[in-house]
Amino acid sequence: MRITTTVNGQQRVVDDVWEGESLLYVLRERMGLPGSKNACEQGECGSCTVYLDGVTACACLVAGGQAEGREVVTVEALADADGLHPVQEAFLECGAVQCGFCTPGLLVQTHDLLARTGRPSDPEIREALAGNLCRCTGYEKILDAVRLASERMASR
Amino acid sequence: MKPFRYARPGGVAEAVRSGAEQPGSRFLAGGTNLVDLMKLGVERPDLVVDVGGLGLDEIVVDSGGGLRIGANVRNSDLAVHPAVRRELPMLSQALLSGASGQLRNQATAAGNLLQRTRCVYFQDVSKPCNKREPGSGCPARQGDHRNLAVLGGSAACIATHPSDFAVALAAADAEVAVTGPAGERTLRLDELYLLPGEHPERETSLAPGDLITAIVVPPLPFGTTSAYRKVRDRASYAFAVASVAAAIDVTDGVVRDVRIALGAVAPKPWRAHRAEDALRGLEPTASAFRAAVEAELSVAEPLPDNAFKLPLTANVVVSVLSDLTGASR
Ligand SMILES: Cc1cc2nc3c(=O)[nH]c(=O)nc-3n(C[C@H](O)[C@H](O)[C@H](O)COP(=O)(O)OP(=O)(O)OC[C@H]3O[C@@H](n4cnc5c(N)ncnc54)[C@H](O)[C@@H]3O)c2cc1C
Ligand code: SF4
Ligand code: FES
Ligand code: FES
Repeated sequence: MRITTTVNGQQRVVDDVWEGESLLYVLRERMGLPGSKNACEQGECGSCTVYLDGVTACACLVAGGQAEGREVVTVEALADADGLHPVQEAFLECGAVQCGFCTPGLLVQTHDLLARTGRPSDPEIREALAGNLCRCTGYEKILDAVRLASERMASR
Repeated sequence: MKPFRYARPGGVAEAVRSGAEQPGSRFLAGGTNLVDLMKLGVERPDLVVDVGGLGLDEIVVDSGGGLRIGANVRNSDLAVHPAVRRELPMLSQALLSGASGQLRNQATAAGNLLQRTRCVYFQDVSKPCNKREPGSGCPARQGDHRNLAVLGGSAACIATHPSDFAVALAAADAEVAVTGPAGERTLRLDELYLLPGEHPERETSLAPGDLITAIVVPPLPFGTTSAYRKVRDRASYAFAVASVAAAIDVTDGVVRDVRIALGAVAPKPWRAHRAEDALRGLEPTASAFRAAVEAELSVAEPLPDNAFKLPLTANVVVSVLSDLTGASR
């Protein structure tokens, strides 16, 4: 089937998509956007988190056909011409990245959290990121990074 | 994943027609359960009817405080709706206790009710399972049944229904509005969900083509005094090991009315009618709550590894009702 979506602000038309393919597969394998990661494929880890029509979703559980006519924003669009997004900078500075597999999903989910909640409390951060699993960092540095990004974004 | 045909109907009537004409068809809403199970090979539909484009995504509040929740309303939107939080906090709390932010953003009201069991054998196509493969056997009784049913199970199947939302809806006496090949009808939740008996493969009374269009929650004046409490293996992002939705009306020092539903203990959300009947007219004390829930659980048939659910569920019922009424424990 043909799928027409808006991805990172641009209209994308992809042909010959098999109905059973996930949006994650379409993004990574057909659109050249490998930022969103494929880890569990079961909605459990959050590595594949993207925005779908303005709210975050696990792209691995969205069937290709469901993406028709919708708007997708991936981790690739967080940085702009001026450089990295404050969330990305904070993750780098705090050492919140080890193997990096969980990072794109955490960046998108944190981006969403800070867009909705200016200065989230620690419990709010933990709850918002509960669907993003990291097997390397132990989460402490990730929490540091989210707090740092939230401070910087609130003071701008 | 098994190849399938994919349809995007333009309206409810067309969706119902497509669903009915092809045995083994499935409606696709948020996809967070169906897509997962199709990848695992557990669901193998020949036709997937995507109902995501049908609208059905409004929440209507009537003047009495009742709700009509469109089938496609997202779990995240429903949880934060002001009328839901005000009139029925247990509904909002149940929704927010389920899955993760990303998943709640996609999961729909109807999809949540019809999600399948998390029994590990059901999800593993290399294992026997009467629900997935009728007649193949049930390894759970001898094997991993820690999170399976203590109430309402059968020799053939002891799976639990995993939804949190459905437990709160059961306590609220909710109904589903269904449009099927023969027209429209409404079903109470206890008419929608079937106990497994000898046919665990049949989980609901819905027939092919039956589309849930809305969930109807009648006004519950004491719904404002309600709560959902979920016990799980970690603080967030896990299915319930035991859960309770309760609403209670105490007038002139006695329990005038009460609603209690139990989660993670049965193949469907378990409305505790026996406990409710026992409590009406009594003073709201922790010992009355405990006696009532023990009466409910007296018919339970626990197995070695899930017997802990009985005291756990009893404790959660007592603590929720005590908190709602201010009774000391
Ligand atoms: C990692 C993970 C953790 C989770 N944790 C929890 C949890 O803690 N608590 C909890 O309650 N849930 C949990 N869930 C389950 C989640 O809530 C469900 O997957 C979700 O609610 C299903 O909704 P959906 O719209 O995505 O349904 P879909 O996957 O689209 O559909 C599910 C079923 O409903 C049927 N269906 C959908 N809409 C209709 C309709 N209108 N009429 C008739 N049939 C219909 C479909 O045919 C399908 O059989 C979890 C899921 C995952 C992946
Ligand atoms: S309990 Fe039910 S779902 Fe689990 S293995 Fe037995 S038959 Fe299958
Ligand atoms: S790859 Fe999608 S949630 Fe893990
Ligand atoms: S850094 Fe390796 S999984 Fe998070």
